[in-house]
Amino acid sequence: MNCTRCGGHAVVELRRHNAAFCGDCFQGVFRNQVARAIDQYDMVGADDRILVAVSGGKDSLALWDVLLEAGYRADGLYLGLGIGAYSDRSHERTAAFADARDAQLRTIDLAQEQGFDIPLAGRKGARSSCAVCGLSKRYLFNRAALEGGYDVVATGHNLDDEAATLLGNTLRWNVEYIARQSPVLPAADGLVRKVKPLHRLTELETAAYAFLRGIDYVVEECPLVAGNTQLRYKESMNAIEARSPGAKTQFFLGYLDRGMPIFRTAQDAVSLTPCARCAQPTTGTYCAFCRARAQILGERLTPAATTEDPRDLASELSDEVLPSEIFGEPADAR
Amino acid sequence: MKVVLRNPDREVDVAGDRLVREVLTELAIDPDTVLVIRSGELLTRHDPVGDADKLEVRPVISGGAG
Repeated sequence: MNCTRCGGHAVVELRRHNAAFCGDCFQGVFRNQVARAIDQYDMVGADDRILVAVSGGKDSLALWDVLLEAGYRADGLYLGLGIGAYSDRSHERTAAFADARDAQLRTIDLAQEQGFDIPLAGRKGARSSCAVCGLSKRYLFNRAALEGGYDVVATGHNLDDEAATLLGNTLRWNVEYIARQSPVLPAADGLVRKVKPLHRLTELETAAYAFLRGIDYVVEECPLVAGNTQLRYKESMNAIEARSPGAKTQFFLGYLDRGMPIFRTAQDAVSLTPCARCAQPTTGTYCAFCRARAQILGERLTPAATTEDPRDLASELSDEVLPSEIFGEPADAR
Repeated sequence: MKVVLRNPDREVDVAGDRLVREVLTELAIDPDTVLVIRSGELLTRHDPVGDADKLEVRPVISGGAG
């Protein structure tokens, strides 16, 4: 099989494009797709400081690699989840990646900072470990970005992730979540801009890019992920894709082009108020992270002792998730 | 031919001297969900493999944690 571009020996076949590429041409195609995503949604500016949420997996390290290669000011943030040897290996691979590129890696340990880890959350909380994991990441990445003076948080969500999330929300007709599923979530008071530059690329493509770039990523799956809802949706989408190459692309990118404008028009704006404990914006009395944390630790939620107006604190400390993420969005847990 | 499978790691013996896609079909693996690696090189499903080869079949799907 020959490369569609240069005629050389192909090493990656993309059935959804009816094309195949040699290693060099594929890397060019991959980078072009990321650049196209960034340009189309005005995700990052040349001078923006980017905080890349890195897990040690193929997607986030591929994303960090592309952004660094393109000359962006991109630091990494790793969140230690406390999942035994799996987390240890994930941190080691991430740190080795950063060292090899002389890139800056920031690290947060969930247990040290918040008093619980993900295995404990799975045993003690009312939510699944995957749900608490995703909630914790969104909350802590946002706060770290604001505290560190970053303009944007970039995550490695790929086309398969996004198609699976859209499928899950469509099966339930969660129209509010559907309306907000965008490759870019603009900054708001207390919320840093969030972008997904890999949303045009499949898992196969991010894995192939990471391999061809010599990135030593964690291949093993999280030991807590068995039975994960997102995984089931991905398998369903893959079954459709196997018979109809391009179906995932049409489903998600078609939604962005033609569905999202319609769903967004139908949604009312949500008003946010400060969480009574941490003062970050939320739609309820307490934000989802504070509620989950209190439940896991067996603590009673009480307003933080302060004489200050919590609305002022909200704008100063500002760290929360979007309203769409507050009520236990089930699938978007990277 | 030896084939190394991941998650969990294990090794199986299958017949060689055929195309990658035939090996994957025997193993009931969708070619769009794995990288197939031989001696540090990626293979497409159209590449032939020999009886003495050792392949790694590495899944690309991830469940979202990590």
